[in-house]
Amino acid sequence: MSRRYDSRTTIFSPEGRLYQVEYALEAISHAGTALGILATDGIVLAAERKVTSKLLEQDTSAEKLYILNDNMITAVAGMTADANILINYARQAAQRYLLTYNADIPCEQLVRRLCDLKQGYTQHGGLRPFGVSFIYAGWDNQRQFQLYQSNPSGNYTGWKATSVGANNASAQSLLKQDYNEECNLKQACELAVKVLSKTMDSTKLSSEKIEFATVGRTEKGTIYHHLWSPDEIDALLKEHGLAKQDEEPEPSSGGDPAAGVAVH
Amino acid sequence: MYVMEVLLGITGKDFTIIAASKAAMRGASILKVNDDKTRPLNKHTLMAYSGEAGDTVQFAEYVQANVQLYSMRNSTDLTPYETASFVRSELAKSLRSRSPYTVNLLLGGYDPIKDQPQLYWIDYLASCANVPYAAHGYAQYYCLSILDKHHHPDISFEQGMKILRMCTDELKRRLPIDFKGVIVKVVTKDGVREEPYEDDKQVLAP
Repeated sequence: MSRRYDSRTTIFSPEGRLYQVEYALEAISHAGTALGILATDGIVLAAERKVTSKLLEQDTSAEKLYILNDNMITAVAGMTADANILINYARQAAQRYLLTYNADIPCEQLVRRLCDLKQGYTQHGGLRPFGVSFIYAGWDNQRQFQLYQSNPSGNYTGWKATSVGANNASAQSLLKQDYNEECNLKQACELAVKVLSKTMDSTKLSSEKIEFATVGRTEKGTIYHHLWSPDEIDALLKEHGLAKQDEEPEPSSGGDPAAGVAVH
Repeated sequence: MYVMEVLLGITGKDFTIIAASKAAMRGASILKVNDDKTRPLNKHTLMAYSGEAGDTVQFAEYVQANVQLYSMRNSTDLTPYETASFVRSELAKSLRSRSPYTVNLLLGGYDPIKDQPQLYWIDYLASCANVPYAAHGYAQYYCLSILDKHHHPDISFEQGMKILRMCTDELKRRLPIDFKGVIVKVVTKDGVREEPYEDDKQVLAP
Protein backbone atom coordinates (compact mmCIF):
# COMPACT_ATOMS: atom_id res chain seq x y z
CA MET A 1 0.00 0.00 0.00
CA SER A 2 2.60 2.49 1.00
CA ARG A 3 4.31 1.95 -2.37
CA ARG A 4 1.73 4.30 -3.87
CA TYR A 5 3.16 7.18 -1.90
CA ASP A 6 6.80 6.15 -2.13
CA SER A 7 7.17 6.50 -5.86
CA ARG A 8 6.30 10.17 -6.06
CA THR A 9 8.16 12.83 -4.09
CA THR A 10 5.35 15.29 -4.36
CA ILE A 11 2.54 13.34 -2.80
CA PHE A 12 1.70 13.20 0.89
CA SER A 13 1.16 9.81 2.48
CA PRO A 14 -2.07 9.33 4.47
CA GLU A 15 -0.10 10.16 7.64
CA GLY A 16 0.90 13.47 6.04
CA ARG A 17 4.51 12.61 5.31
CA LEU A 18 6.71 12.91 2.25
CA TYR A 19 8.51 9.60 2.10
CA GLN A 20 11.13 10.57 -0.49
CA VAL A 21 12.26 13.45 1.68
CA GLU A 22 12.50 11.16 4.66
CA TYR A 23 14.48 8.62 2.66
CA ALA A 24 16.85 11.38 1.60
CA LEU A 25 17.33 12.34 5.25
CA GLU A 26 17.96 8.70 6.04
CA ALA A 27 20.59 8.46 3.29
CA ILE A 28 22.34 11.49 4.77
CA SER A 29 22.40 9.97 8.24
CA HIS A 30 24.71 7.29 6.83
CA ALA A 31 27.08 9.76 5.21
CA GLY A 32 30.31 10.94 6.81
CA THR A 33 29.85 13.35 9.71
CA ALA A 34 30.29 17.06 9.13
CA LEU A 35 30.25 19.68 11.85
CA GLY A 36 30.57 23.40 12.28
CA ILE A 37 31.44 25.50 15.32
CA LEU A 38 30.98 29.25 15.67
CA ALA A 39 33.70 31.10 17.59
CA THR A 40 33.99 34.77 18.50
CA ASP A 41 36.61 35.43 15.82
CA GLY A 42 35.68 32.87 13.18
CA ILE A 43 34.09 29.58 12.28
CA VAL A 44 35.48 26.10 11.82
CA LEU A 45 34.04 23.36 9.62
CA ALA A 46 35.25 19.79 9.88
CA ALA A 47 34.15 16.67 8.06
CA GLU A 48 34.82 12.98 7.90
CA ARG A 49 36.01 11.57 4.57
CA LYS A 50 34.55 8.22 3.65
CA VAL A 51 36.66 7.56 0.58
CA THR A 52 40.17 6.87 1.76
CA SER A 53 42.92 5.16 -0.12
CA LYS A 54 46.66 5.35 -0.29
CA LEU A 55 46.28 5.94 -4.03
CA LEU A 56 43.90 8.89 -3.65
CA GLU A 57 45.32 12.24 -4.68
CA GLN A 58 44.45 14.31 -1.65
CA ASP A 59 45.00 17.84 -2.92
CA THR A 60 42.77 17.51 -5.96
CA SER A 61 39.77 15.77 -4.48
CA ALA A 62 37.91 17.68 -1.86
CA GLU A 63 35.00 15.51 -0.92
CA LYS A 64 33.14 17.53 1.65
CA LEU A 65 34.29 21.14 1.93
CA TYR A 66 33.71 23.76 -0.74
CA ILE A 67 34.13 27.50 -1.20
CA LEU A 68 30.95 29.34 -2.19
CA ASN A 69 32.31 32.88 -2.50
CA ASP A 70 34.83 35.22 -0.90
CA ASN A 71 33.26 35.02 2.53
CA MET A 72 31.38 31.76 2.65
CA ILE A 73 32.24 28.07 2.69
CA THR A 74 30.15 24.95 3.08
CA ALA A 75 30.41 21.38 4.33
CA VAL A 76 28.46 18.60 2.63
CA ALA A 77 26.87 15.47 4.02
CA GLY A 78 25.17 13.14 1.59
CA MET A 79 25.51 12.55 -2.11
CA THR A 80 28.48 14.51 -3.38
CA ALA A 81 27.20 14.43 -6.94
CA ASP A 82 23.97 16.15 -5.90
CA ALA A 83 25.96 18.60 -3.82
CA ASN A 84 28.01 19.65 -6.85
CA ILE A 85 24.86 20.78 -8.65
CA LEU A 86 23.73 22.85 -5.67
CA ILE A 87 27.18 24.32 -5.06
CA ASN A 88 27.44 25.37 -8.67
CA TYR A 89 24.02 27.00 -8.35
CA ALA A 90 25.04 28.79 -5.15
CA ARG A 91 28.27 30.08 -6.69
CA GLN A 92 26.35 31.48 -9.64
CA ALA A 93 23.78 33.11 -7.38
CA ALA A 94 26.54 34.70 -5.32
CA GLN A 95 28.31 36.07 -8.39
CA ARG A 96 25.07 37.36 -9.87
CA TYR A 97 24.41 39.30 -6.68
CA LEU A 98 27.94 40.66 -6.76
CA LEU A 99 27.41 41.81 -10.34
CA THR A 100 24.20 43.75 -9.66
CA TYR A 101 24.92 45.16 -6.22
CA ASN A 102 28.72 45.25 -6.23
CA ALA A 103 28.73 43.74 -2.75
CA ASP A 104 28.88 40.19 -1.40
CA ILE A 105 25.56 38.47 -0.90
CA PRO A 106 24.39 38.33 2.73
CA CYS A 107 24.87 34.80 4.09
CA GLU A 108 21.26 34.10 4.92
CA GLN A 109 20.16 35.20 1.47
CA LEU A 110 22.46 32.72 -0.24
CA VAL A 111 21.33 29.94 2.08
CA ARG A 112 17.73 30.79 1.29
CA ARG A 113 18.37 30.73 -2.47
CA LEU A 114 19.67 27.19 -2.19
CA CYS A 115 16.83 26.12 0.07
CA ASP A 116 14.25 27.53 -2.35
CA LEU A 117 15.74 25.27 -5.01
CA LYS A 118 15.78 22.28 -2.68
CA GLN A 119 12.17 22.94 -1.65
CA GLY A 120 11.10 22.92 -5.30
CA TYR A 121 12.08 19.30 -5.59
CA THR A 122 9.78 18.33 -2.72
CA GLN A 123 6.77 19.84 -4.41
CA HIS A 124 7.04 19.88 -8.20
CA GLY A 125 7.25 17.19 -10.80
CA GLY A 126 7.97 13.66 -9.67
CA LEU A 127 11.70 14.20 -9.32
CA ARG A 128 14.03 12.99 -6.61
CA PRO A 129 14.94 15.53 -3.93
CA PHE A 130 18.60 16.49 -3.50
CA GLY A 131 20.18 14.01 -1.11
CA VAL A 132 22.37 16.52 0.71
CA SER A 133 22.52 18.49 3.91
CA PHE A 134 24.83 21.47 4.14
CA ILE A 135 26.55 23.34 6.91
CA TYR A 136 27.36 26.88 5.83
CA ALA A 137 29.95 29.11 7.46
CA GLY A 138 30.15 32.75 6.45
CA TRP A 139 30.49 36.37 7.32
CA ASP A 140 28.57 39.50 6.33
CA ASN A 141 28.68 42.98 7.76
CA GLN A 142 25.10 42.87 8.93
CA ARG A 143 25.34 39.81 11.17
CA GLN A 144 29.08 39.08 11.32
CA PHE A 145 30.05 35.39 11.58
CA GLN A 146 27.18 33.00 10.95
CA LEU A 147 26.61 29.26 10.85
CA TYR A 148 23.64 27.67 9.06
CA GLN A 149 22.43 24.19 8.31
CA SER A 150 20.02 23.03 5.60
CA ASN A 151 18.48 19.67 4.64
CA PRO A 152 16.70 18.08 1.65
CA SER A 153 13.29 19.41 2.67
CA GLY A 154 14.48 22.98 2.07
CA ASN A 155 14.43 24.03 5.69
CA TYR A 156 17.34 25.98 7.10
CA THR A 157 18.34 27.03 10.61
CA GLY A 158 21.07 29.12 12.23
CA TRP A 159 23.37 27.55 14.85
CA LYS A 160 26.25 28.17 17.24
CA ALA A 161 27.49 24.62 16.74
CA THR A 162 25.90 21.86 14.73
CA SER A 163 26.53 18.63 12.89
CA VAL A 164 25.04 16.49 10.12
CA GLY A 165 25.62 12.97 8.85
CA ALA A 166 26.39 9.73 10.66
CA ASN A 167 26.30 9.90 14.43
CA ASN A 168 25.09 13.48 14.30
CA ALA A 169 23.00 12.97 17.43
CA SER A 170 26.01 12.02 19.55
CA ALA A 171 28.14 14.74 17.92
CA GLN A 172 25.41 17.24 18.72
CA SER A 173 25.25 16.23 22.35
CA LEU A 174 29.04 16.38 22.66
CA LEU A 175 28.98 19.87 21.18
CA LYS A 176 26.19 20.86 23.55
CA GLN A 177 28.25 19.67 26.48
CA ASP A 178 31.56 21.27 25.59
CA TYR A 179 30.61 24.36 23.57
CA ASN A 180 31.59 27.66 25.07
CA GLU A 181 30.11 30.86 23.64
CA GLU A 182 33.24 32.85 24.35
CA CYS A 183 35.61 30.40 22.66
CA ASN A 184 38.06 31.60 20.02
CA LEU A 185 38.79 29.96 16.69
CA LYS A 186 41.71 27.95 18.05
CA GLN A 187 39.60 26.49 20.84
CA ALA A 188 36.82 25.77 18.36
CA CYS A 189 39.26 23.81 16.17
CA GLU A 190 40.30 21.82 19.20
CA LEU A 191 36.68 21.03 20.06
CA ALA A 192 36.02 20.06 16.42
CA VAL A 193 38.77 17.40 16.32
CA LYS A 194 37.78 16.15 19.77
CA VAL A 195 34.18 15.62 18.72
CA LEU A 196 35.16 14.06 15.39
CA SER A 197 37.55 11.65 17.08
CA LYS A 198 34.76 10.47 19.36
CA THR A 199 32.05 10.13 16.73
CA MET A 200 34.08 8.54 13.96
CA ASP A 201 34.42 4.76 13.81
CA SER A 202 38.20 4.71 13.55
CA THR A 203 40.00 5.39 16.79
CA LYS A 204 42.93 7.34 15.37
CA LEU A 205 42.50 10.21 12.98
CA SER A 206 44.68 11.35 10.09
CA SER A 207 44.53 13.93 7.35
CA GLU A 208 43.33 11.20 5.01
CA LYS A 209 40.18 10.74 7.02
CA ILE A 210 39.12 14.28 7.75
CA GLU A 211 38.81 17.64 6.04
CA PHE A 212 39.11 20.96 7.81
CA ALA A 213 38.31 24.57 6.93
CA THR A 214 38.09 27.88 8.72
CA VAL A 215 36.59 31.32 8.12
CA GLY A 216 38.22 34.09 10.08
CA ARG A 217 39.53 37.61 10.15
CA THR A 218 43.09 38.64 9.31
CA GLU A 219 45.00 41.11 11.43
CA LYS A 220 44.06 43.83 8.93
CA GLY A 221 40.40 43.04 9.52
CA THR A 222 39.62 41.44 6.17
CA ILE A 223 37.75 38.14 6.02
CA TYR A 224 39.52 35.02 4.84
CA HIS A 225 38.53 31.42 4.31
CA HIS A 226 40.97 28.60 4.27
CA LEU A 227 40.70 24.92 3.34
CA TRP A 228 43.41 23.20 5.36
CA SER A 229 46.17 21.23 3.71
CA PRO A 230 46.91 17.64 4.90
CA ASP A 231 50.04 18.92 6.68
CA GLU A 232 48.08 21.49 8.65
CA ILE A 233 45.49 18.91 9.66
CA ASP A 234 48.17 16.48 10.79
CA ALA A 235 49.84 19.22 12.80
CA LEU A 236 46.54 19.99 14.55
CA LEU A 237 45.90 16.30 15.30
CA LYS A 238 49.41 15.90 16.64
CA GLU A 239 48.99 18.95 18.87
CA HIS A 240 45.96 17.37 20.48
CA GLY A 241 47.35 13.84 20.61
CA LEU A 242 44.86 12.41 18.15
CA ALA A 243 47.27 11.53 15.35
CA LYS A 244 47.86 8.01 14.05
CA GLN A 245 49.81 5.67 16.31
CA ASP A 246 52.85 5.21 14.07
CA GLU A 247 53.47 8.95 14.11
CA GLU A 248 53.31 9.24 17.86
CA PRO A 249 56.62 8.42 19.52
CA GLU A 250 56.15 10.80 22.46
CA PRO A 251 52.89 10.23 24.37
CA SER A 252 53.42 13.22 26.69
CA SER A 253 51.30 15.79 24.85
CA GLY A 254 48.29 13.48 24.76
CA GLY A 255 46.42 13.90 28.00
CA ASP A 256 46.10 17.48 29.11
CA PRO A 257 44.45 19.27 26.16
CA ALA A 258 41.45 16.96 26.55
CA ALA A 259 40.94 18.27 30.05
CA GLY A 260 41.54 21.82 28.86
CA VAL A 261 38.60 22.09 26.51
CA ALA A 262 35.98 20.89 28.94
CA VAL A 263 36.97 23.48 31.51
CA HIS A 264 37.17 26.37 29.07
CA MET B 1 15.93 71.72 -21.59
CA TYR B 2 16.87 69.48 -18.76
CA VAL B 3 20.31 71.02 -18.29
CA MET B 4 18.36 73.93 -16.81
CA GLU B 5 17.04 71.67 -14.06
CA VAL B 6 18.91 72.01 -10.79
CA LEU B 7 20.07 69.05 -8.69
CA LEU B 8 22.39 69.68 -5.76
CA GLY B 9 23.82 67.37 -3.13
CA ILE B 10 25.92 68.17 -0.07
CA THR B 11 27.21 65.75 2.57
CA GLY B 12 28.39 66.74 6.02
CA LYS B 13 29.31 65.19 9.35
CA ASP B 14 26.11 63.17 9.81
CA PHE B 15 23.73 64.13 6.99
CA THR B 16 23.23 64.40 3.25
CA ILE B 17 21.27 67.34 1.81
CA ILE B 18 19.57 66.95 -1.57
CA ALA B 19 18.03 69.95 -3.35
CA ALA B 20 16.04 69.80 -6.61
CA SER B 21 14.46 72.65 -8.58
CA LYS B 22 10.66 72.89 -8.48
CA ALA B 23 9.98 73.94 -12.09
CA ALA B 24 8.63 71.35 -14.53
CA MET B 25 9.48 72.66 -17.98
CA ARG B 26 8.60 71.76 -21.53
CA GLY B 27 10.14 73.79 -24.33
CA ALA B 28 9.87 77.47 -23.41
CA SER B 29 7.05 76.94 -20.91
CA ILE B 30 6.91 76.22 -17.23
CA LEU B 31 4.14 73.71 -16.60
CA LYS B 32 4.36 73.34 -12.84
CA VAL B 33 6.02 75.25 -10.04
CA ASN B 34 6.03 72.71 -7.22
CA ASP B 35 7.40 69.63 -8.94
CA ASP B 36 9.16 67.15 -6.64
CA LYS B 37 12.04 65.50 -8.51
CA THR B 38 12.94 63.12 -5.70
CA ARG B 39 11.91 59.61 -4.65
CA PRO B 40 12.66 57.92 -1.34
CA LEU B 41 13.99 54.41 -2.08
CA ASN B 42 14.17 53.07 1.46
CA LYS B 43 14.61 54.44 4.96
CA HIS B 44 18.12 55.72 4.34
CA THR B 45 18.28 56.44 0.62
CA LEU B 46 16.85 59.27 -1.47
CA MET B 47 17.14 59.68 -5.21
CA ALA B 48 16.84 62.95 -7.13
CA TYR B 49 16.48 62.90 -10.88
CA SER B 50 16.54 65.18 -13.92
CA GLY B 51 16.41 64.49 -17.63
CA GLU B 52 13.99 63.66 -20.43
CA ALA B 53 10.42 64.15 -19.19
CA GLY B 54 8.77 60.74 -18.90
CA ASP B 55 12.04 58.83 -18.74
CA THR B 56 12.77 60.32 -15.34
CA VAL B 57 9.67 59.26 -13.47
CA GLN B 58 9.51 55.90 -15.24
CA PHE B 59 13.08 55.05 -14.30
CA ALA B 60 12.83 56.42 -10.77
CA GLU B 61 9.69 54.40 -10.06
CA TYR B 62 11.30 51.27 -11.51
CA VAL B 63 14.28 51.67 -9.21
CA GLN B 64 12.09 52.55 -6.24
CA ALA B 65 9.92 49.46 -6.78
CA ASN B 66 12.93 47.16 -7.01
CA VAL B 67 14.64 48.57 -3.94
CA GLN B 68 11.42 48.26 -1.96
CA LEU B 69 10.90 44.70 -3.19
CA TYR B 70 14.39 43.86 -1.95
CA SER B 71 13.53 45.22 1.50
CA MET B 72 10.34 43.18 1.66
CA ARG B 73 11.91 39.95 0.47
CA ASN B 74 15.00 40.10 2.62
CA SER B 75 13.74 42.09 5.62
CA THR B 76 16.85 44.23 5.37
CA ASP B 77 17.56 47.36 3.32
CA LEU B 78 20.10 47.79 0.56
CA THR B 79 22.88 50.11 1.66
CA PRO B 80 23.33 53.35 -0.32
CA TYR B 81 26.42 51.79 -1.92
CA GLU B 82 24.53 48.70 -3.07
CA THR B 83 21.65 50.86 -4.29
CA ALA B 84 24.01 53.05 -6.31
CA SER B 85 25.61 49.96 -7.83
CA PHE B 86 22.19 48.59 -8.74
CA VAL B 87 21.08 51.87 -10.32
CA ARG B 88 24.33 52.13 -12.25
CA SER B 89 24.01 48.62 -13.61
CA GLU B 90 20.41 49.29 -14.68
CA LEU B 91 21.47 52.47 -16.47
CA ALA B 92 24.36 50.67 -18.13
CA LYS B 93 21.95 48.01 -19.40
CA SER B 94 19.56 50.70 -20.61
CA LEU B 95 22.31 52.65 -22.35
CA ARG B 96 23.10 49.63 -24.53
CA SER B 97 19.48 48.92 -25.38
CA ARG B 98 17.43 50.20 -28.29
CA SER B 99 15.76 52.94 -26.21
CA PRO B 100 18.03 54.15 -23.41
CA TYR B 101 16.81 56.25 -20.51
CA THR B 102 18.07 59.83 -20.50
CA VAL B 103 18.19 60.34 -16.77
CA ASN B 104 20.72 61.97 -14.48
CA LEU B 105 20.65 61.18 -10.79
CA LEU B 106 21.91 62.10 -7.39
CA LEU B 107 21.66 59.39 -4.81
CA GLY B 108 21.87 60.66 -1.27
CA GLY B 109 21.90 58.37 1.70
CA TYR B 110 23.12 57.46 5.11
CA ASP B 111 24.85 54.13 5.75
CA PRO B 112 23.65 52.99 9.20
CA ILE B 113 26.30 50.25 9.46
CA LYS B 114 29.32 52.41 8.61
CA ASP B 115 27.60 55.38 10.28
CA GLN B 116 28.44 57.65 7.35
CA PRO B 117 26.57 59.97 5.00
CA GLN B 118 26.90 59.04 1.34
CA LEU B 119 26.34 60.80 -1.97
CA TYR B 120 26.58 59.31 -5.45
CA TRP B 121 26.66 61.26 -8.70
CA ILE B 122 25.25 59.19 -11.55
CA ASP B 123 24.59 60.30 -15.12
CA TYR B 124 22.72 58.82 -18.12
CA LEU B 125 25.98 57.31 -19.47
CA ALA B 126 26.07 55.19 -16.30
CA SER B 127 29.02 56.97 -14.73
CA CYS B 128 28.87 56.63 -10.97
CA ALA B 129 31.02 58.47 -8.46
CA ASN B 130 30.97 58.67 -4.69
CA VAL B 131 31.44 62.38 -3.94
CA PRO B 132 31.26 64.79 -0.99
CA TYR B 133 29.10 67.27 -2.95
CA ALA B 134 27.58 67.22 -6.40
CA ALA B 135 25.50 69.05 -9.01
CA HIS B 136 23.88 68.21 -12.33
CA GLY B 137 23.20 70.39 -15.38
CA TYR B 138 24.17 74.05 -15.70
CA ALA B 139 24.08 74.30 -11.93
CA GLN B 140 27.47 72.59 -11.95
CA TYR B 141 29.09 75.65 -13.54
CA TYR B 142 27.85 77.95 -10.82
CA CYS B 143 27.86 75.77 -7.74
CA LEU B 144 30.92 73.54 -7.86
CA SER B 145 33.24 76.51 -7.38
CA ILE B 146 31.27 77.64 -4.34
CA LEU B 147 31.27 74.12 -2.92
CA ASP B 148 35.00 73.74 -3.66
CA LYS B 149 35.66 76.83 -1.61
CA HIS B 150 33.31 76.30 1.34
CA HIS B 151 32.73 72.57 1.75
CA HIS B 152 34.46 70.50 4.40
CA PRO B 153 33.77 66.80 5.17
CA ASP B 154 32.64 67.43 8.75
CA ILE B 155 30.51 70.53 8.45
CA SER B 156 27.42 70.73 10.65
CA PHE B 157 23.91 70.67 9.21
CA GLU B 158 23.54 74.45 9.74
CA GLN B 159 26.74 75.10 7.82
CA GLY B 160 25.53 72.76 5.07
CA MET B 161 22.30 74.73 4.74
CA LYS B 162 24.29 77.96 4.65
CA ILE B 163 26.38 76.66 1.74
CA LEU B 164 23.22 75.50 -0.01
CA ARG B 165 21.80 79.02 0.35
CA MET B 166 24.94 80.45 -1.26
CA CYS B 167 24.46 78.03 -4.15
CA THR B 168 20.77 78.75 -4.75
CA ASP B 169 21.39 82.51 -4.49
CA GLU B 170 24.09 82.27 -7.12
CA LEU B 171 21.81 80.20 -9.36
CA LYS B 172 19.05 82.79 -9.06
CA ARG B 173 21.57 85.47 -9.90
CA ARG B 174 23.12 83.75 -12.92
CA LEU B 175 20.75 81.20 -14.50
CA PRO B 176 18.87 82.80 -17.43
CA ILE B 177 15.54 81.26 -16.46
CA ASP B 178 13.56 81.02 -13.26
CA PHE B 179 13.75 77.48 -11.85
CA LYS B 180 11.11 78.30 -9.20
CA GLY B 181 13.27 77.59 -6.19
CA VAL B 182 14.24 74.21 -4.75
CA ILE B 183 12.77 71.41 -2.65
CA VAL B 184 15.26 70.41 0.04
CA LYS B 185 15.41 66.97 1.61
CA VAL B 186 17.79 65.66 4.22
CA VAL B 187 18.92 62.10 4.97
CA THR B 188 20.27 61.34 8.44
CA LYS B 189 20.52 58.22 10.59
CA ASP B 190 16.84 58.76 11.47
CA GLY B 191 15.72 58.64 7.83
CA VAL B 192 14.60 61.05 5.12
CA ARG B 193 12.84 64.34 5.90
CA GLU B 194 11.86 67.45 4.01
CA GLU B 195 13.47 70.67 5.14
CA PRO B 196 11.43 73.89 4.78
CA TYR B 197 13.30 76.24 2.47
CA GLU B 198 12.68 79.96 1.90
CA ASP B 199 12.45 80.75 -1.82
CA ASP B 200 10.67 84.12 -2.12
CA LYS B 201 13.55 86.45 -1.45
CA GLN B 202 14.65 88.35 -4.54
CA VAL B 203 18.31 88.05 -5.47
CA LEU B 204 19.60 90.76 -7.77
CA ALA B 205 22.31 90.31 -10.31
CA PRO B 206 25.26 92.64 -9.79
